[in-house]
Amino acid sequence: MTTDYVLEARGLIKAFKGFTAVDNVSLNVRRGDIHALIGPNGAGKTTVFNLLTKFLSPTRGQLLFNGRDITSLSPDRIARIGMVRSFQISAVFPDLSVLENVRVALQRHRGDSFFFWRSETSLASLNGRALELLESVGLAAFAPHRAADLSYGRKRALEIATTLALEPELLLLDEPTQGMGHEDIDAVAELIRSVNRQCTVLMVEHNLKVVADLSDRITVLQRGTVLIEGDYQTVSADPQVRAAYMGVDESEDGQTSGRPAIAAGRMQEIRV
Amino acid sequence: MNKRTLYCALVVLALLAPLAVYPVFLMKVLCFGLFACAFNLLLGFGGLLSFGHAAFLGTGAYVTGYAMSTWGLTPEIGLLVGTLASAALGLVYGALAVRREGIYFAMVTLALAQLMFFVYLQAPFTGGEDGLQGIPRGQLLGVVDLQSNMAMYYLVLAIFSGGFLLIHRTIHSPFGQVLKAIRDNEARAISLGYQVDRYKLLVFVISAALAGLAGATKTLVFQLASLNDVHWLMSGEVVLMTLVGGMGTFLGPLVGAGVLVSVEHALSSGTLGAYVHVAMGMIFVLCVLLFRRGIVGEFPHLVSKLAKGIRRRLPMR
Repeated sequence: MTTDYVLEARGLIKAFKGFTAVDNVSLNVRRGDIHALIGPNGAGKTTVFNLLTKFLSPTRGQLLFNGRDITSLSPDRIARIGMVRSFQISAVFPDLSVLENVRVALQRHRGDSFFFWRSETSLASLNGRALELLESVGLAAFAPHRAADLSYGRKRALEIATTLALEPELLLLDEPTQGMGHEDIDAVAELIRSVNRQCTVLMVEHNLKVVADLSDRITVLQRGTVLIEGDYQTVSADPQVRAAYMGVDESEDGQTSGRPAIAAGRMQEIRV
Repeated sequence: MNKRTLYCALVVLALLAPLAVYPVFLMKVLCFGLFACAFNLLLGFGGLLSFGHAAFLGTGAYVTGYAMSTWGLTPEIGLLVGTLASAALGLVYGALAVRREGIYFAMVTLALAQLMFFVYLQAPFTGGEDGLQGIPRGQLLGVVDLQSNMAMYYLVLAIFSGGFLLIHRTIHSPFGQVLKAIRDNEARAISLGYQVDRYKLLVFVISAALAGLAGATKTLVFQLASLNDVHWLMSGEVVLMTLVGGMGTFLGPLVGAGVLVSVEHALSSGTLGAYVHVAMGMIFVLCVLLFRRGIVGEFPHLVSKLAKGIRRRLPMR
């Protein structure tokens, strides 16, 4: 009964007052893929992301998760059926410890989250699993620290560990490497790759090197519509994409086609 | 160990206090302390600023007062009825208010509380401007005569301690963990699959119930339920107590209540009675300027600063 696509978006439209941010976007995310959503600033990537996770409601369009219509579900319900998102700004719970951050996610399945009369020591049975998850992102040593005291890269890693605690089927990452230095970027890219062994990943990403390295499939957005969808070769060779991203016109195309890594490097430079 | 010693010392102090200090004053501090602790559960740990908590204090006060004087209930049942009434009101008001956030949440709670104020002003069983007076304290479990201030004091102390422990437990519970997570980052909590409104509603009801218990207890102590208890000034005062004492700390609200009740007590007896609110305003301004974390919240920082200073001096010798 499992379909090839984990998530299908059909004809998503989001109109704000006097302005259509997302216009007729359709998107199919294949099971097991790392799928990247890219596009210039203001292309509507984050809006699409919010629509997919129902943090915004689409004006029109349909969302299918494993073939089931989820268009009318609430965002917390979306998370409970296995589609968990991250945020552009690292989303940790700053006043909780690193361990507690992960444990809060594990706790949800237990059904004791409303028990205000029970001691929190009852949560200790989750510590083992929480530490395992922290270990997997290299944060086990930081377990007792306040999450607010972590470096930016480590906060992102903590966020991923927290998300993995929910064992999502589809993980949505909103700019996972934004604002990071090179080392952190490599670490996070590696992390995404290893996460991908367990679940499908859809990410919004600006760093085209990361996109080139990781993605099985890429959707390019521009001004709220899908410009093209395909693998990296196809997308990076597309003249429209190149024009949109680099202001390079078709005549120059011959120099870089077939050398996607260089193209990626250039695209990144130009963005920065 | 430090904390345990502190709490043990406080309990001993509280048990001996009425020998040295006028028990009615102490009871007033404890009642407002419980009220502020209940409010702090909502603000400091739930991140929800209610500007209408007087509605719950007043409902506890009026319902218990009415039940005791009209139906002749025993005090323990009277307190229970008042608490439950506040919890029920909290459930309705909470369900309406938690749909909104920030300033809108505060405004909804204020508006709903004003609604209750006019209900208690107009309703036939509340005594209008006079309030309910001469409410009997009764006999606890039919045995202990609460007419004695000493007996009454220990009952109030027991109620306060019970409420305090419940709040402490709530914060250190699986529920408390989720609550803190929601306060820290609501969108993230939603993205982890939590239905945040339900958690907010539960903490709202717990807070309302305990505020009601504080009001009910106050009614027994003073044998009076009046419009002051439901007035918006009371809602403001509890914000003040919590902020002065230290929002998000356990003992802060009690300390804040102690400070404000003392100021009120000191001024109201003399010719300066009219300046109570001026004094409170000054305290609030000082607090915001000098100890933003409140008296209790600032204390550990002062201690660590002092310790650092001492450590810095030691190697010089």
